[in-house]
Amino acid sequence: MADLLNAFAIAGKAFFGFQAIFFALLAIGINVHFGYTGLLNFGQIAFAMLGGFGIAISVSQWGLNFWLGVVIGLVSAVVLALLLGLPTLRLRADYLAIVTIATAEGLRLVFRSVSATPVTGGTRGLSAFNGSFIDLAPWETQTRHRVLGTSWSGGELWVALVGWSLVALTSLLVWQLMRSPWGRVVKAIREDEDAVRALGKNVYAYKMQALVLGGIFGALGGMIYAIGTGSAIPDQYQNANTFLAYAALILGGAARVLGPVLGSMLLLFILQFADTLLRALIENGVIPEGLLSSTDVAQIRFVLVGIGLMLLLVFRPQGIFGDRREVMLDAR
Amino acid sequence: MPADPSAQGSHAAGSEEIAAARQAGQHRAAPQRLAQAALKDLPWEVGVAKPDAAVVLDGVTRTFGGLTAVSVDHLEIQRGGITGLIGPNGAGKTTLFNLLTGFDQPNTGTWSFDGRDLGKLSPHQVARLGVVRTFQLTKALSRLTVLQNMLLGAQGQRGESFLRALLPGIWRAQEKANTEKAMDLLQRFKLDAKKDDFAGTLSGGQRKLLEMARALMSDPKVVMLDEPMAGVNPALTQSLLGHVKDLREEGMTVIFVEHDMDVVRDISDWVVVMAAGKVIAEGPPESISQNQAVVDAYLGAHHDAPLTVEEEDRVLAEVQAEIALEESGTSSSSGVINSEGTSR
Repeated sequence: MADLLNAFAIAGKAFFGFQAIFFALLAIGINVHFGYTGLLNFGQIAFAMLGGFGIAISVSQWGLNFWLGVVIGLVSAVVLALLLGLPTLRLRADYLAIVTIATAEGLRLVFRSVSATPVTGGTRGLSAFNGSFIDLAPWETQTRHRVLGTSWSGGELWVALVGWSLVALTSLLVWQLMRSPWGRVVKAIREDEDAVRALGKNVYAYKMQALVLGGIFGALGGMIYAIGTGSAIPDQYQNANTFLAYAALILGGAARVLGPVLGSMLLLFILQFADTLLRALIENGVIPEGLLSSTDVAQIRFVLVGIGLMLLLVFRPQGIFGDRREVMLDAR
Repeated sequence: MPADPSAQGSHAAGSEEIAAARQAGQHRAAPQRLAQAALKDLPWEVGVAKPDAAVVLDGVTRTFGGLTAVSVDHLEIQRGGITGLIGPNGAGKTTLFNLLTGFDQPNTGTWSFDGRDLGKLSPHQVARLGVVRTFQLTKALSRLTVLQNMLLGAQGQRGESFLRALLPGIWRAQEKANTEKAMDLLQRFKLDAKKDDFAGTLSGGQRKLLEMARALMSDPKVVMLDEPMAGVNPALTQSLLGHVKDLREEGMTVIFVEHDMDVVRDISDWVVVMAAGKVIAEGPPESISQNQAVVDAYLGAHHDAPLTVEEEDRVLAEVQAEIALEESGTSSSSGVINSEGTSR
C-alpha cells in the first residue's frame, strides 16, 4: 500500500513536471498541424531541438544574453518551418510527412556529428546556459520543498511555473484562433483543400501559417526541456518524442484545445506510475524475478502504454475531450 | 409546371391570386427571356460570337500524355444566361471546368472573364473575381457544421487574417452580418433546421444544396455547377432546378454540366455539346436533339434511331399481322415470334 502511494506521489511529480510541459507544448503544436489543419508533421522534435539549442549555443558558445538565445531559437524554428513548407505544402499531405521525418532525424545526426562539435558540443552536448533564467526565480532555488508528497527544488518549481504559464498562454492563443474565421478556414483545409480554394482562400498561405505557428510551439517545448534538464544533448531529441507527443494528443483528443495538455500529463503520469510501481513490486518479490527483472521495467512501461492506447482507440476513439460523433464521421 | 410548388398552390387560390401569381411569374421570367431573346437569332454553329459574352475562350488545349482532353478553338458564354455543357463521358467537360477555374493549367490557349485574362491565376484568385464552382463529387466539409460551411463562403472576411483573428472586436460585426446572410440562404435552401449539424451527417442531396448555397455566399458573378443533379432524387432535382433558375434571375451567369437531357432542355438558354475534347455543336436546347453530330457522338455513327409513336404503331401492326399469318399455319417457329411479340 505504501508502495502504491509512493508511486502515486512520484507519478504526480511527473504529471506536473517539466517533461509534461515539454510534451504538452510539442502536442499543442502537433494539434495545430494535424488536429486542426490536417498537416502531417512527423518531425516536431526538430523544432524542439532548434529551440533548445538556440538557447544553449547562444548562451554557452557565443556568450549572448539568455533572452537573445530565446529569440534565436524561435527564429530558427520559423526558418525551418518555411524551409519544410515551401516545397511540400503545394503537394499532397504525405510529402510533408516524409520531409519532416527525414529532417528531424537528419538534423539530430548533424548536431551530434564530429564536425559540428565545436558549435553543438557533439554527443556530449552543452550545459550551463540556464543560470540567468533560474536566477530570475522570486524564491530561493536551492532549498527543497515538499509538494504533494514529493520533493521539488525551488528551481524545478520555477521552471514548472513558467512552463505551465506558457502552456496556458499557448492554449489561450489556440482557443482564440480556432474560434475565429481564421480557424474556420484552417479546419476547412483539413476537410478538403480544393473546396476551400474554390471559395477564394489562399490555402498555401494558411497551411504555411499553421506550420510556422505549430513549429514555434515545438521550439518553446524544446526550450523548457533544455532549461529543465540544464543541458542540451542532441540524442535527447530522438524522433520517438514526436510520436509520444502524437500519442498524448490522441489520448487527450485531437482538435480540442485542452486535449494535448491533459494527454501529455496523463501520458507522463502513466509512464512514471508504471515504472515506480513495477520496480517496487519486483523489489518486494511480489513479481518474481524470473518473470520480470527491474532492467526490463523501462521497456515494459511503454508496452503498457501501448496496450492502454489500443484499448482507448477501441472504446473511446475520440480521446478524453473529443466528440465521438465528429470522429465517427470519418468512417463514412 | 409540376415542378413549381408555388404555382401549384396558386391553382387552389382565387382567380385574382392566380392572375397576380401569373404576373409575378412573368416578371420573374423576364431576365430569362432577355438572355434567350439575345441568343435567338444567332446561327447554330460552333464558336459563334455572343452579343454580350461574359467568358471567352480561345485555342484552349489540355493534353494528358498522348490524350487530348480538351481542345476548344473558340467559345463564348452569354452573360446572364444559363449555358448547359453536355457530352458523353470523357468528353472533357470537367477538365474544361478545372481549366476555367484555375484548378488545372492548359498546354495552350487563353480565356478571359469580363475582359480579364484568367489564364495565369490560381483557383483562389479566380474565385475572388467572382467565378465560383461546385464539384462533381460533392465537397461538403464534413466535420464543420452546416453554418460554418456557409460562413466559409463569404468573401473579404477581416477575421481570416492571422493577426486580426486574435482581436475579435475587429471581425465580430462582420461575422454577425455574414451569419444573417447565411441563415437567409439556408432558409431558401431549406437547410436552416440543420445549421448546427455536421455537414458530414447530411444526405447526398442535402450536400448538393449546401454546396450550391455555400457558393452563393460569395456573391458570385459566374456560377459553374459540375453535375448538380447527379445522384439526386427527382423531387430534389426539381427544387435544385428552381434554385438554378433563381440564380439567372438574380443576374448571374450559370454554366452547368449535366447528363439529364430533360433538365438541360428545361432550364438552359444555350447548350454547348462537347465530345472527345472538342466543342461539336452549340445552339439553343431545341436545336441539339436535331443535330446529327450530337446524335452521332452520343450513340455512335451507326445506331438505330428511336421510334416515334407512329412508327411504333406501324411496327406493332406488322408484327400482329405476322402472328396472325403464323397462327393460321402450324409452324414450330410461331412460338418464337409469339414470345417476341408479347415481350414488346
